Formats: sequence, C-alpha cells, structure tokens
Amino acid sequence: MTENYFFEKFLEQFEESDLSQITIDSEFRSIEEWSSMMALVIIAMVDEEFGITITGDDIRKSVTIRDVYNVVAARKTAV
Amino acid sequence: MNDFPFSLEQKTILVTGASSGIGRATAIAISRLKGNVILTGRSEKRLNETLNQMDKGEHQIICADFSSNNVLNLICQSISGKINGIVHSAGILKTLPFKFSNIDVLRELMKINFEVPFLLSQSLLKSKLISNESSIVFVSSLSGSGKIAPGISIYAASKGAINASVKVMALELAKNKIRVNSVCPGMVNTNLNTNNPNLTNEDLKKDEKLTYPLGYGEPEDVANYITFLLSDASKWVTGANIIMDGGATIH
Repeated sequence: MTENYFFEKFLEQFEESDLSQITIDSEFRSIEEWSSMMALVIIAMVDEEFGITITGDDIRKSVTIRDVYNVVAARKTAV
Repeated sequence: MNDFPFSLEQKTILVTGASSGIGRATAIAISRLKGNVILTGRSEKRLNETLNQMDKGEHQIICADFSSNNVLNLICQSISGKINGIVHSAGILKTLPFKFSNIDVLRELMKINFEVPFLLSQSLLKSKLISNESSIVFVSSLSGSGKIAPGISIYAASKGAINASVKVMALELAKNKIRVNSVCPGMVNTNLNTNNPNLTNEDLKKDEKLTYPLGYGEPEDVANYITFLLSDASKWVTGANIIMDGGATIH
C-alpha cells in the first residue's frame, strides 16, 4: 500500500465534491460531502481494500487524510 | 388461568442470547416473576453470570453456538419437558454501507438473526415441545419496522424478515392459542450498540439527544415488555411488531 494509492482510494469514495485542491494533508472534514456516513464508507473501504480494521474512533482522532493513512499503515505493519 | 395474569409461575421459557444484553435482562426478569428459564448462549461462563443474578427456580443452561450446524438438534434434544414460551434474543449487528455489502456478511447476519430463530421455533414446534397457549417473542428492531439509520441495510433486512414472518406464524398457530410477536426496540444500551467499533461515543450521544425524547433504552425496559408478552396478561396480543423507542418515531 503506497501513500498515493491510499489517497486515491480515499478520494474515490467522494462523488460530488470538488477535490482539485485536496491533498493528502488536507483536513478531510473540510470536504463538503463529509458526513458520519462517509466515516462508515472509509472504514468499509479500508477493510475491503487493505484488509485492515479501523474504528470510528480512529477516524474521530484523525484530522488529515494522512492521519488516517498513518493508522492504516501502522496496523498493516503490525499484522 | 393464574389469579395474577402477569405472573410467569409454572411457565418454562427458553431464552436465547441469555448471556448478555436484552437476553440476560429478560432471563432475570422472568425469574423475578417466578418463571423457569432455559438459558442458551455461547459462553457457559457468561450464562452462569446471568444465572447468578436470577431468582431461584428450575433453571437450565444449554451452551449453544448459533453459527454451528447442529444448533437446532442440540437445543431440541436438551429440552426435556414442554415449554411455555421462547424469547429469541440472540443476534448480531454489523454496520456496512450498502455499497460495501457483501455475501459473507449478508449470510452471517441472515443466519444468526433470522434463519436460526425461525428454524428453532419450527423445530421445537414439530418436536411437540411447545405447549398450547405458549408465547413466542422475537427481539427484532426498529430498523425492521422501517425506522432506519445508514449502514444497516443487511441488519434491517434480517429484522424485517422476522417482522414479516411473525404475522404468518401467528396466524397459523392461533388454533393452538400460541401467540407470536416481535418487539422492535430502538437504541438500547447494550454491547451490541455501544461497542459498535464503527461508531464513536460522540456519534451515539448526538443521536440520543437528537432522536430519542426519552433517551436510549436499557435492556430492562425491553425485558419488562417481553415478560408481559410471555404472560397470560397479553393473551389477546398476537402477530404484532411492537415498537418501543423512547419516542424516537414520534417525529
């Protein structure tokens, strides 16, 4: 799992937002479409795509997309 | 009929999922009303913890895992006399956006939440282990009655299946005066809900405040309603999907 691939998959979940200014260091809550449902979507995407379980709390504690990536990457190494 | 129709004296009730949450609270509540309970669940240790909180009676523990193939035989063969009621409380929850639904989760939830309780009732009936005038109660969910939240399409389907079949069972079993109902609780403070890893405590607190005029329920709130449905006091109630939600569906 590269950082770029994760970032790509993360953005893929959004369907209506203008993502042209979004980088991996952007705050994901600033994306217009962000909602508690999107948190469920990201959790499910990480499970399906990377086989890693993250929780609602992991998302809550994260600010940027990179923060979420770091949680996943840390758990991926730990497995 | 008993002088005090709310009593469960001389009734034996099978309670599945008796090791935690609503099942545990129901087993305890039945014992307070002098009923005997056959407790089933996966963990003998946790079933014993429930038993220790119950009033004394002729209670029995059957360790059974709903995901195993011989669970129906195991339970039917472990029951010696006729029973007077069943509370189907075993159940699991997994939140998953519809777009990420998959066949494994679909099969798992349908099996534990619908297939096994449905077939267990059928097996017990066919084995003539359910007395006439019994009461069968399924612990369903508000989501099975159309009040839903995102991420529970599969869970809601499993509970919707219960709610629909309850009515048919009620109709067919009315000649034996066997009553069949489901209770459809909204959010209750059980591990099933509060330990959902996909939701944060903040999410839950916000939902409770915005949606539930009386706040989230406690397992005892549901258990007390179930004991009413098990008792002769509810002898005219059958085929109902009974909503209890602290007012969540008033809006």
